[in-house]
Amino acid sequence: MSTPTSPQLVEDLLSGDHAALARAITTIENRSSGYRDLVSALYRHAGDTVVIGITGSPGAGKSTLVDKLAEYYRDEGMTVGVIAVDPSSPFSGGAVLGDRIRMAATAGDMDVFFRSMSARGNLGGLSTATADAVKALDAFGKDVVLVETVGAGQNEVDVVKTADTVAVLVPPSSGDDVQMLKAGILEIGDVFVVNKADLAGANKTVQELRQMLDMRDRREDDWDPRIVETVATDGTGLEDLLEAFEAHTTWLERTGQLSERRRERYAAEIRTLLRDDASGLLEREIANAGGMDALVDAVEANETDPYAIAADIVEPLEECVERHNG
Amino acid sequence: MSETQTERKIRTLVAKVGLDGHDRGAHVISRAFRDAGFEVIYSGLHKAPDEIVQAVVQEDVDVLGISILSGAHKTLVPAVIEGLEEYGVAEDTLVLVGGIIPDEDRAALEGAGVDAIFGPGTPMEETISYVREHVDR
Repeated sequence: MSTPTSPQLVEDLLSGDHAALARAITTIENRSSGYRDLVSALYRHAGDTVVIGITGSPGAGKSTLVDKLAEYYRDEGMTVGVIAVDPSSPFSGGAVLGDRIRMAATAGDMDVFFRSMSARGNLGGLSTATADAVKALDAFGKDVVLVETVGAGQNEVDVVKTADTVAVLVPPSSGDDVQMLKAGILEIGDVFVVNKADLAGANKTVQELRQMLDMRDRREDDWDPRIVETVATDGTGLEDLLEAFEAHTTWLERTGQLSERRRERYAAEIRTLLRDDASGLLEREIANAGGMDALVDAVEANETDPYAIAADIVEPLEECVERHNG
Repeated sequence: MSETQTERKIRTLVAKVGLDGHDRGAHVISRAFRDAGFEVIYSGLHKAPDEIVQAVVQEDVDVLGISILSGAHKTLVPAVIEGLEEYGVAEDTLVLVGGIIPDEDRAALEGAGVDAIFGPGTPMEETISYVREHVDR
């Protein structure tokens, strides 16, 4: 049995061992020691997996749609990875991850690798963990990866940004146009899916979406978001949706946006990692300065203030940077 | 550096297997596990043994809790454990069985690789502390 950090794990993963892939994702999720070396190794084997993000309010039909999409891709002879992110309880930190239940069409098919992840309440870290897990599926050789998450909110928006194409599910009668504006969903979606299109109000929702999307400033070569009506439970509209995904992929490639988006993502990843590292270094400086409690005591006693303390703590780092540049 | 901040969680799969439509117990234990801070994946009803195996492997769970009330435990539970062995994950997975298991069947299930059996009326805290004590990764 390979330990989570051994090179053997990467080798097993690359040779198609499902348990090794699962263990790699656990290592990534837990931020276990050595996970960075693992992700570094995976990067070298990652290729051009198509990553599609699916988001929308609870009960919008995301998991059911993901199931149907996975079935379609399997019929096309492609292998599929799914990462389904659910919120965790802010009280216990536990979570019930229920998306797997909807995977009916492809149940028992090991070439659909379905992984449930909880948000674990980590600010910003979730999108890094998701992106790293996608890398693991990519290196494993999955042709397409679907990332599913409850929208909206900063965390979720960050998560779906790890995808090349983002589909936003909007249930019929989900509120008026102002609701759409404030939810911030208009900016994130490349394709809007009015799911449960057999319910009353679907037409109105499509119209409202169209109006809101047309109000955006749009330059000549910008992507014009598609609106697709689906009934995920019986597969109605699935072909239109796949066609919209394909059109978006073509647009990404033609305009150079694909590499543009990936570059942005790499930049964001580098920044996140550096922020982690820098704050780790600063934590040690805080310990050197007597610990946070002592610093707070000094502020409370009116001896100093938070700004002065921050300036003191960051000073050695600043000196290093200046010396490095000088 | 910040690699020391690990965020380990106990991951569990609560599974219903075979033709058994009683999921109240599975729901109650799912909720109790969540409240204990575990991550719980619920399989849904009427799963075949190979679907349970698939879920255990892919989700890399520490604990598999099978809830069974149909009386078919003697065939279904060993089938699941054999599947886990095939993927080399049986050793790493704590296998619990809950539900109606006659006393005379207990030894056979334990022999097949079940780590613990929790019958009706087992206090939830007992199951949770059993998991906490026996999960080591």
